[in-house]
Amino acid sequence: MSEALKELAGHIAKAQMGVVSKTEVRLGELMIETTPDKVIALLTYLRDDPKCLFKQLIDICGVDWPEREKRFDVVYNLLSVKLNQRIRVKLMTDETRPVPSAAPVYSSAGWFERETYDLYGVWFSDHPDLRRILTDYGFEGHPLRKDFPLTGFVELRWDDVQKRVVYEPVKLAQEFRRFDFLSPWEGAPKVLPGDEKAQETAAAPAKAN
Amino acid sequence: MGVITPAKPNTAAEAALSRALNDELADKGFVVAQLDKLVTWARTGSMWGLTFGLACCGVEMIHCWMSRYDLDRFGFAPMPSPRAADVMIVAGTLTNKMAPALRKVYDQMAEPRYVISMGSCANGGGYYHYSYSVVRGCDRIVPVDVYVPGCPPTAEALLYGVLQLQKKVRRTGTLVR
Repeated sequence: MSEALKELAGHIAKAQMGVVSKTEVRLGELMIETTPDKVIALLTYLRDDPKCLFKQLIDICGVDWPEREKRFDVVYNLLSVKLNQRIRVKLMTDETRPVPSAAPVYSSAGWFERETYDLYGVWFSDHPDLRRILTDYGFEGHPLRKDFPLTGFVELRWDDVQKRVVYEPVKLAQEFRRFDFLSPWEGAPKVLPGDEKAQETAAAPAKAN
Repeated sequence: MGVITPAKPNTAAEAALSRALNDELADKGFVVAQLDKLVTWARTGSMWGLTFGLACCGVEMIHCWMSRYDLDRFGFAPMPSPRAADVMIVAGTLTNKMAPALRKVYDQMAEPRYVISMGSCANGGGYYHYSYSVVRGCDRIVPVDVYVPGCPPTAEALLYGVLQLQKKVRRTGTLVR
């Protein structure tokens, strides 16, 4: 399995020299990296090459790395039904640098890119209809960014005077609590229930000797 | 099962009442009752529930109409149209995007109308209370009559909620709400 993937990685890297910046086989999965300006050429190659035939786009998603200068990863997961193989294509971008839309190559890419745009704020150039897809109408911000607060900025309720739903700043009765499940008592022994028996049996033969 | 109504009257008083009613009906051919009692009796006996299933609670709500609990025997029928429904069951997570639609459907229901909030999410946001996209309780959008707790509540719990609502309607007993 892994050998076949390595062979495929070598094949792609050779054919797409200068487009693929890195290939990696980890945990039985093949991942290749590229850059935004070359991704369309690479995806077209992966779709059409007889050794690849990745004709299905499974998903496009984003990853946020706030400490990095190019803070977003855009990840394309592809599947070849005919050759029973999968590949993951990654590229790096930031808030302002647009990624060319994959919609001309994979027609299913449109909504995936809308989702990535909605949740991370990654721009896709030449997208046929780049709108929000999941969040509320008129929503502000990109909720899967690491700097987006969990509770957001607005909450809504029905206003009986105005006869419509109104948005107001979030007002929480109780702050969100993060439970770390550590013992509040200092120096509590870190023994799982039942584990003390194993230590007793280990100690008993030593005493006999 | 606790929810099944016994066919036979279970107390002597009920038996006596039933006998008296029978005798009167056989004797005169009619019975006299208070109008508001009659109206609430008719109303509680035919409440049509608008099935507003939003999440996993919706599945549990469906169970309530299946053969084991069979809400239909209380005259509580599932009704997909808000115009003909009396009760809206908000079953599941109400998101910000859905809230105006929920209110619109509620506004389309004819008076008197009732709302059952089913499950933690509909009651107060539940698991998603601190989320940026979920309404912290559907009572921020529509007035709620009965809250059914649970995550999700069992079909039996919802059935109990429906019976509580019937009790409330009987007790309030108004012609105009």
